[in-house]
Amino acid sequence: MGRIIRHIIAIIAAVTFPVAALTANDAKGPAAGDTASLPGEAAAETAEETAPVIDIKAMLFGHIGDSYQWHITKIGDKDIIIPLPVIVHSSTGWHVFLSSRLEEGPYKGLYCAEGGKYDGKIVEKDASGNEIRPLDISITKNVAGLMINGIIVVLLVLACSRWYRKHDVLKEAPTGVAAVLEPVINFINDDVIKAAIPGNHSRKYAPYLLTAFFFILVNNLMGIVPVFPGGANTTGNIAVTLTLALFTFVAVNLFANRHYWKDIFWPEVPWWLKAPVPLIPLTELLGIFTKPFALMIRLFANIMAGHAIILSFVSIIFLTVKLGPVINGTMSVITVVFGIFMDLLEILVAFIQAYVFTMLSAVFIGLAHEGEKSPDGKTEIAENN
Amino acid sequence: MPDTGLLFWMLVIFAVVLAILAKWGFPVITSMVDKRKNYINESLQLARKADEKMSNLLKEQERIIREAREEQDKILKEAAEARNNIISQAKEQARDEAAKILAEAKVQIEAEKESAVSQIRSQVAMLSVNIAEKVIRKTLSTDKEQKELIRKMVDESLKIEQTSGN
Repeated sequence: MGRIIRHIIAIIAAVTFPVAALTANDAKGPAAGDTASLPGEAAAETAEETAPVIDIKAMLFGHIGDSYQWHITKIGDKDIIIPLPVIVHSSTGWHVFLSSRLEEGPYKGLYCAEGGKYDGKIVEKDASGNEIRPLDISITKNVAGLMINGIIVVLLVLACSRWYRKHDVLKEAPTGVAAVLEPVINFINDDVIKAAIPGNHSRKYAPYLLTAFFFILVNNLMGIVPVFPGGANTTGNIAVTLTLALFTFVAVNLFANRHYWKDIFWPEVPWWLKAPVPLIPLTELLGIFTKPFALMIRLFANIMAGHAIILSFVSIIFLTVKLGPVINGTMSVITVVFGIFMDLLEILVAFIQAYVFTMLSAVFIGLAHEGEKSPDGKTEIAENN
Repeated sequence: MPDTGLLFWMLVIFAVVLAILAKWGFPVITSMVDKRKNYINESLQLARKADEKMSNLLKEQERIIREAREEQDKILKEAAEARNNIISQAKEQARDEAAKILAEAKVQIEAEKESAVSQIRSQVAMLSVNIAEKVIRKTLSTDKEQKELIRKMVDESLKIEQTSGN
């Protein structure tokens, strides 16, 4: 356990800090943009056509943000767009329509807000003329991306399990998808899950942790692919990582043993740290929430920052156009080289982040099961986390 | 802030993916992989055991061969002893037998000799008597001689009576 924790700390330190610094810079972007009422994606595109100045910020957030349609590319003046279904519950009830319908004008009082608090979102006007958000469960670009990626994960893993169903493992070596996935599954199952979760509990949590790993990995990798069906910034979206962190939170706390709760509310520290003012218990209680919160932020920030960096590099080409062909050409070459480097780095980060999320989840789950008798009769010694 | 719609769909999608994979995906794979791992472990253990057994068998074989050789040596030795015994016994018996036969032969020879001697003796006596008859007949062909003899004989018998009377 001690070895694993050191391992984790090393990885987290290596991966999180540089990227966190970058995201800190990026985070200033939207904050400043909000006050200056950032124009939406559609607005940004019209701005690109008319004004010679490219709105990099709008382009960037247009790409890494969510939208009601899947914008693939633009050939000449024609946008290639996949319209996606909008599902809202407004004051007039449920409405389901394609997002392309909105280009013809408001649909039953619903329209895409431009600027303001709900920029780029579907809104309606209430009685006093203020824009309000209806309940919106539209299949947005990210939702569609999640669905596609989810289907990919399911198909991959089911293809793998199908091989095992159809073949005798004792007589044949795995082939095809099974041969590709088996080492990865084995690596996660043996070196991460079984190493972190004591005794028989690992079997119970293995499906969740493996699903989380492959789901995150596939979403990360598909996010790097620039064209449809890739390109949706799913794991770089806080709602997605929030859900994943929520699952881990439930997995950790729902089946935790007595020892885990005792360690939180009555830890083995000098009495004055817990008796009159419950200092340590309060910190520990906070820790229950900060652990999954850190998981959520880490994954979101890493992937979002990666996308933002690559997009920023690419936009250098367009920014330097007005500086003349020499500078523009040189910068383009540099940009492409850096872009390739960043893409490769992102592939690495895609794997590392999936791995880190899975490993930390496994460690947190493991900590919730420490100090009890494992089935092989050994008493696990609780380590200080 | 996380978007409600995306949050909702993500929950649904992830829950569905998790449910499908937890039911039909990973448990199958991990259990099969575990099964194979166990199988390999067992096979390795079996191989080790077989190896041990083999070396044990070799030792056993060597032991058996050594024992057989010892047994063979023992049997050969015993056989040699038995042979020697039999030969010596036979020799002794033969010697005894020979001695007995010899003794018997001696006895017989003695008896034969005795009988032969007695025969010879009687024949000599007969011959002597015959010779004596013939001699006497020849010497007693005259009366004088007959009378002389009778007188001599009487004298002799008288002498015998005297000596026996003393």
